[in-house]
Amino acid sequence: MRISLFITCYNDTLFPETGKSVVRLLERLGHEIEFPLEQTCCGQMHYNTGYQQEAMPLMQRFVEIFKDAEVVCIPSSSCVAMIRDHYPKMAEATGDPGLIKAVDRLLPRVYELSELLVNKLGIEDVNAYYPHRVTYHASCHSLRSLHLGELPLRLLRKVRGIDLVELNEIDQCCGFGGTFAIKNGDVSAAMLSEKLRCVENTRAEVCTAVDNSCLMHIFGGLHRQRTGIKTVHLAEILASTEDQPSEDEAQS
Amino acid sequence: MAEGRDACEAILNRIRTANTSARAAASAAEYPAIERNYQQRTTLDRETILKTFLDHLHEYDAHVFEANPDTLACAIAEVLKSHDQKSAIVADDFPEEDLPTGFTWQRESKSTKDQLNTTGGAIAGCEVAIAHTGTIILRGTRQLTLLPDRFLCVVYENQIVDTVPEAMARLEPYKAEPLTFVSGPSATADIEMTRIRGVHGPRFLDVIVVRD
Amino acid sequence: MTIRVGEAAEAPSFQKAAFKLLDDAQLRKNVRHATDVISGKRAIVVKEQQDWQQLRATASAIKQHTLAHLDEYLLKFEAACTAAGGHVHWASDADEANRIIVDLVKQYGGKEVIKVKTMTSDEIGLNKAFEANGIHPHETDLADMIVQLGHDKPSHIVAPALHRNRQQVREIFMREMGLSELTDEPQDLTNAARQYLREKFLKVKIGFSGANYLLADTGGVCVVESEGNGRMCVTLPDILITLAGIEKIIPSFRDLEVFLQLLPRSATGERMNPYNSLWTGVHKGEGPQHFHVVLLDNGRTRILADPEARQTLHCIRCGACLNTCPVYRQTGGHAYGSIYSGPIGAIVTPQLFDMEHSQSLPYASSLCGACYEVCPVKINIPEVLIHLRGRIVREQQSGANIEAIGMKAMARVFSSGRRLEAAQRLGRLGQWPFVSEGWIKHLPGMLGNWTAVRDMRPLPKQSFRSWWREHEKEKKEGADG
Repeated sequence: MRISLFITCYNDTLFPETGKSVVRLLERLGHEIEFPLEQTCCGQMHYNTGYQQEAMPLMQRFVEIFKDAEVVCIPSSSCVAMIRDHYPKMAEATGDPGLIKAVDRLLPRVYELSELLVNKLGIEDVNAYYPHRVTYHASCHSLRSLHLGELPLRLLRKVRGIDLVELNEIDQCCGFGGTFAIKNGDVSAAMLSEKLRCVENTRAEVCTAVDNSCLMHIFGGLHRQRTGIKTVHLAEILASTEDQPSEDEAQS
Repeated sequence: MAEGRDACEAILNRIRTANTSARAAASAAEYPAIERNYQQRTTLDRETILKTFLDHLHEYDAHVFEANPDTLACAIAEVLKSHDQKSAIVADDFPEEDLPTGFTWQRESKSTKDQLNTTGGAIAGCEVAIAHTGTIILRGTRQLTLLPDRFLCVVYENQIVDTVPEAMARLEPYKAEPLTFVSGPSATADIEMTRIRGVHGPRFLDVIVVRD
Repeated sequence: MTIRVGEAAEAPSFQKAAFKLLDDAQLRKNVRHATDVISGKRAIVVKEQQDWQQLRATASAIKQHTLAHLDEYLLKFEAACTAAGGHVHWASDADEANRIIVDLVKQYGGKEVIKVKTMTSDEIGLNKAFEANGIHPHETDLADMIVQLGHDKPSHIVAPALHRNRQQVREIFMREMGLSELTDEPQDLTNAARQYLREKFLKVKIGFSGANYLLADTGGVCVVESEGNGRMCVTLPDILITLAGIEKIIPSFRDLEVFLQLLPRSATGERMNPYNSLWTGVHKGEGPQHFHVVLLDNGRTRILADPEARQTLHCIRCGACLNTCPVYRQTGGHAYGSIYSGPIGAIVTPQLFDMEHSQSLPYASSLCGACYEVCPVKINIPEVLIHLRGRIVREQQSGANIEAIGMKAMARVFSSGRRLEAAQRLGRLGQWPFVSEGWIKHLPGMLGNWTAVRDMRPLPKQSFRSWWREHEKEKKEGADG
């Protein structure tokens, strides 16, 4: 299958390892990947902070770039949520029938990575090898907007060598919330400290998720507190094999 | 007569303007077209419904007794004796023949608030009861079932339905009367979420279920 | 019009209030305990109700429908209530409502009023208006009593005193009731309240209540409670005055079958709360013989005019969104500076206030979506929060604002792939003053809020897109070779 990758702005800039892993993983599974270089950002940060006018052209760019894609893969549930929950309404607001139709036609072809693997490609065992103790943090958007439920865990359970441990209070927000972490830094920090306590209690070496935004937040706290626990995007675990182990360089 | 017509007109005008600009009527379903896909009627058999009702009452700390029409008077006597009660105030429409002898009875309409406040207990029937929520619904008798420390309610088996919608359908003819839904004794959890029985209403709820 | 929401006008911003409250370990412990208990109970009884999603859908549809025909239903209610012997009053704002109510109490010669828990009376500041006119209001809900006797403010819609523990309640009761002995057992504290209020219930001639529902078809009122204080207030006095927001109306008696299943399970985690009282006008020989309803606007019609935000008016004040909110669970309700706290407060207060004093509230959320998930009437609170943020941003466009400048600059960066790439290069160069030993530990300005407790990796040497170009080239060479 020809899969178009929307890597998202912050993965592109801050977490290139995640993108590389997605490419390695999907190519290993025999798919052809394309990465349109014109892509930038879905507009989530602007939209959620109140800069909806500024988010408009970003929505239009996304639709223009990906409108003919067979399938779009996005390794970030919050960006998928932005697209699914808000693009139809934004398109509606423009009153442009062409755009409304294009969004309508594009949305069913947009997949978060674990959705793409399990729901679209019908695969749970991706032949990954990752001999570490791992706990999975369910990001808010993956839980309540995408309703991924067990999907990422089903993929993780099939990874060879993995020691998967359950995270307590898995449905609690880590406190990131985009600009929330800046605008309400104190409350965000209080939320984070509870998340860190739960992560530390698992005695995992690695905390994973389908969003690098939460992981950046969680890791920021883990590192400050010198816990030695790493955070790794799901894609990197799934891309890791015995021959080609995860580089772990992104956040170690 | 309604007062403050100016405010009334102003509010109604603001509502109409708001609804026009928000094109509200176009986006909302008309009343009969509102989908009601929730459960309306029970799928349980009589025994299960009865058991559910009794289980829920137990859970709410009510004392539950069973009787049949012939043993009802005896059952009332037993309940009263069990807490050394020699008299009670009784709802006006409660049948005389169901009251056991050997006690002093007084009717609600002949009682003052002070008498209700100091009596040993109250006795009344109900209109309908809901198994699913453990609820008893009373028509009128609001003071009688509120002020005394003990309330003994007689519930006939054919008054027990399973679902809330079934109960509301039975209440339709009485919908403009004063109605009280009672689910267990008065309770609060306002202090550290600890459930405490009996704040202002009756501290004890006794229920006699009369089986056919 | 003077729209008022309690004393929210004088409240500090959420950030400032939260900063202080986060230091109060006892308060945070109390809030955490209470919200955990209620959320846990709620989860059990919601799971038990297998048609929960269908009930939510119907409730939402009924509310939408009612708001679309609000004028008709209010008039229908007025006619039915009047025919049943009640009196209906209309109040555009808080002052008008207070004036109507105070005048009624004076007209009946009352000096004291017994009150059932009602958020709406706190919204209009009724107790202050009573006291200014020599009328003594007695709060009779246990939690409201704790707040009133403690000269405190409510911190939760359903359990306004959940920030207090038993020792604190004991102190308040001993001081205010003049008791010399009292344990801190909840049972004893509750008994003290029972004794203190029983005499008031029997003696005071005027009762005051809010309304959970106004029924348009019968002109009836429904009040939902647990303790029996509500029943006392709406049954024993000769005169009863009810204050209700205009959005409290539902079309018919039958609709209660939906809301009475949703509200108790959401609010207190009960299948049904101990008592619901319904009455219609006056009933001869039964209960109060004089009945007045005051229908309150106080900014509600303004919310109604906003198509994106009018769903705010669906709220049945169950408080489930507070209990589940990770922000509320950290700070408690006082941080919101309004009697309406938590996620619903964060959308109600700024709308009633026309965003004047409460612009920090729509940002008091990480948009985690837990509130929407539990809302029994399906208010998409995150969506409304985002919408209100948009309004705030548009209103602030004029001034020089660092955030707005930054956001606009970012939008320009994202306007093409090449610009993004240039910015990535620039970022790698520009970050060096903040990098020490391979980590970013201190950032300037607002961004310092991040590095207060979190480290950050510097930008990696190579962006993904730059790697991709190499990868493409390698693949092409591999294919060609």
